[in-house]
This record gives sequence, C-alpha cells and structure tokens, in this order.
Amino acid sequence: MDLIVEGIWKALLLLFTLDPEVLSITLLSLAVSGAATLISLVLGVSLGFAIALTEFRGKKFVISTINTGMGLPPVVVGLFVSIFLWRNGPFGFLGILYTPLAMVIAQTIIAAPLVMGITVAAIQHLPRNLRYQILALGATRLQMMRLLVREARLPLLAAVMAGFGGVISEVGASIMVGGNIKGYTRVLTTATVMETSRGNFDIAIALGIILLALCFIINAVLTYVQQRERPR
Amino acid sequence: MKHAQFMTRLCCLTALLCSSMIGGMAASGHAADQKNIILATTTSTQDSGLLDVLIPLFEKKTGFMVKTIAVGSGQAMAMGERGEADALLVHSPDAEKKFMEKGFGSSRMIVMHNDFVIVGPAADPAKIKGVKSAPEAFKNIAETQSLFMSRGDNSGTHAKEKAIWKASGAACAGQKWYQETGLGMGQTLGVAAEKKGYTLADRGTYLSLKNKLGLEILCEGDKSLLNVYHVMAVNPDKWPKVNTAGAKAFADFMVSQQAQTVIKEFGVERFGQPLFFPDAGKKE
Repeated sequence: MDLIVEGIWKALLLLFTLDPEVLSITLLSLAVSGAATLISLVLGVSLGFAIALTEFRGKKFVISTINTGMGLPPVVVGLFVSIFLWRNGPFGFLGILYTPLAMVIAQTIIAAPLVMGITVAAIQHLPRNLRYQILALGATRLQMMRLLVREARLPLLAAVMAGFGGVISEVGASIMVGGNIKGYTRVLTTATVMETSRGNFDIAIALGIILLALCFIINAVLTYVQQRERPR
Repeated sequence: MKHAQFMTRLCCLTALLCSSMIGGMAASGHAADQKNIILATTTSTQDSGLLDVLIPLFEKKTGFMVKTIAVGSGQAMAMGERGEADALLVHSPDAEKKFMEKGFGSSRMIVMHNDFVIVGPAADPAKIKGVKSAPEAFKNIAETQSLFMSRGDNSGTHAKEKAIWKASGAACAGQKWYQETGLGMGQTLGVAAEKKGYTLADRGTYLSLKNKLGLEILCEGDKSLLNVYHVMAVNPDKWPKVNTAGAKAFADFMVSQQAQTVIKEFGVERFGQPLFFPDAGKKE
C-alpha cells in the first residue's frame, strides 16, 4: 500500500518538476497513439461508411472479419509487423523498424478494426429512410456523409475513444516494433515495464498514474463533445 | 452505383495519403541507415543501467545512433543469425562459440565479467548456505524438492543455470518444484521473492533489487558462477545489409580504455561495489 502512495508522490514530483525524460516519454506516447488513432479514424470511418451503406455479396463475411479484427491480440500484431519490417524482410528496404513510425503502423492496425467495426454498427443503426430523406432534400454525397456522421456522433466518438484507449495502453507491439529505445521509441507503457524489471517500483507506478491521468483527460474531453446537447 | 463509386474514391484517396506519408518518412529514414547501429544485448546490461552510461559516450564520440534492443542472449544471437542486428553484447559463451563456428560473427572480444549468485529465502530449506560448489547447492535443492525459479528463456543466465544443473547430475525438467517463468531477471527475482523460492541471478541485477526483495545470497564465489560478457560483430558475408563499420566501431569502443574505465567504476557510488569487472584483452 505504501508503494502506491510512494508512487503517487513520485508522479506528482515528476510532473511538477517537468522531469525532461518523463515529459518526452509522455509526449511521444501522445504523438504515436494520437497519430495512430487519427489514421484509424479516417480509415475506419470512411471504410466503415462504405461497407455499411453499400450492399454487396459477402458483406456479412467482411463485417465478421472486421469484428474479429477488433479482438486482434496486440502482441501478435507486433510480431507480424516486425517480421514484415525486418531488414531482410519484405519491407526491410524502408528501414523503419525500431522507429516511432513502426509503432504508429502497428497501433493503427490494432485500432482501425475497432473504429471500423463500431462505425459499421453505428451507421447501420441509423434509420434507413434518413439517408434517402437527406438525399431527397437535395444534399450532395459529401453533405449526406457529414449529416450522417453528426447523427451517429455518439457511437462514433465511442469508437474513437475505444481505439485510442486500446493503443495508448498497449505494450506488446510497441516493445517489439519500437524496441523501447531511450529518447527515441520509449513510451509510457514500455517504460513502465522496464522500470518494473529494474526494481524501480515507485517510478513504474508513477508512470502508470501519469498514463491513467492522460487517458482520463483525453476521454473526458471527448465525452463532453459526445454528450453535448444539440442546439435546438 | 454512384454511391459505391464515391466511397471507393474516398478510400483510395485515404490509402494514397497514408502510403505517401509512409513513403516520405521512410525515405528520410533510409538515408540515415548507415548511421544506425542495431545492438542486440541482454536484459542484464540494460537493467543495470551500464548501457545508459556507455551508449551516449559512444554516440557522442562517433556520431552513430545506437538502437539498443534488450532481449535475452538467445534472442540476440537469433537476431544476429538473421542479420537483424549489427553488434551483439551477450553472456552465453557456449552459444556464442557455436555462433562464431557457424560463421555468423566476424569478431568476438571479451569485454567484462561479473558473477552469478544463488539466492533464496533466508529460511533456506535446502540448507545451501555456505556450500562452496554451485552444482552441489543445486543438488541439495533438487533433493529437498525446494522451489526453484528458472528464467526458462534461453538467456545467458538460463544457459548458465542449465550447465550447473547438468554438472550437478540432478534432474529438474518437468519437476513440480522447478518452475520456468520465461521472464527477465528482475521479474524472475520478483517471482522468486514472492514464492520464497531459489533462483540463479547475476549479481548486478540482484544488487539493484536487493532492498525490495527479501532474498539473500546463499551461494557465491564458485568458479562455475563466472559470468563473462563478449561483444560480437555480425558477419556481413551472410547478410550484406549489416552495418559493418558501425559494428566494428562499437566493438572497438567496448574494449577501449575509455569504456573499460567506465565499466570499472560503474555501480561503486550506488552499491559500494562495482557491478562489472573490465576484462578487455585478457585471455579467456
């Protein structure tokens, strides 16, 4: 119990003194997971829309694949991505293994199915006639998309929060494709694992608390946006 | 259908955007390839904090950027065999010799040593305190069926542990009291402390965790507990993409006077004793 109290003190100390290493680790976590969530958002919403609104053969199969993707074990994703990015692997010529870019790629693969799957369900949930009504009123395709996104704002923001939460907290893929290199690819989760194995439990708990605080702040902002009442 | 067309165009645009982003970043990364060295090393060198001192010195001196990937010695050498690492800093001599014999390494030099210790609960159910020979201590543990935690991960520590078991003649595989964690040294020590079991640890990691563990050193000083670290450069003949210049620069640095002095003094302030003993140029 005293370890946790120690950890809380350490967290406050590190934050108030703006400890440069902790600061850079935190910013990197935000940057990598933020980028991955953003890309997943664009990919997930556009593809999710396309799949939800078009009828095609094998639609149910595609949707089940996406839903399975939501449960992809991050460490397996990390393993496969590193095999592809190995120097002597198919994409080795890019030279991006053990860089933050590789981490963004792995995290995008983890988050995109999440965002996509929830988007498909959200759009499918909208009343069928709504789409036709909007189009009948003279809207262009783009305007229709914007209006549908506003209608499905609640579940779509939930999708973003699910995607972000999933990747900022994952550690297996980040270690494998990032390498936990000091000052370069070390993020909050990988640093926590390392400090634990070094026996610096107070620093590990502090980093964990900072991660939780970060998640809470971001999700609080997103939730406020999500729960905002539409102006009458 | 117009609708599907629009969606398809949107998806293609997104895909194009993403791939151009990746291409752009990768192109800038490619030029920096020859400045990057991938160093595969053991968790004990990273956990002790030694590399946090040595690597910045090397980077400042030579301008290379070192990507330190801390895995077990087994995985480090597997990476070397696949050409996925440029230099290796490991402590598993038998496996290293096989690595060199198979032609995967172009050089192997001794860097430093420290020792392993057998740690366990103060109560010492297997009564190994004061036993001079490590294989005999292991034999006692087996005979009393006392709980023993093994790394079980093909690391240098695991290899040493297996060698001592072999020398002791006691059977451990598959026994209920012999448990393999598959984790790093720090974590394995944590598990051993919680379960009040014995384990083999390198002195450095044990010292850095000592206060939080509650385990004691029960057997030390035996010749079989010597823990020697070597630096190896990966052979570019098998894998042309290896950064040979970088690997050679790193290997030379590790045996240089500057690095050896750092190694000699590392840990003295914090623990009152050095964690590693410099060995460059000495005979095996």
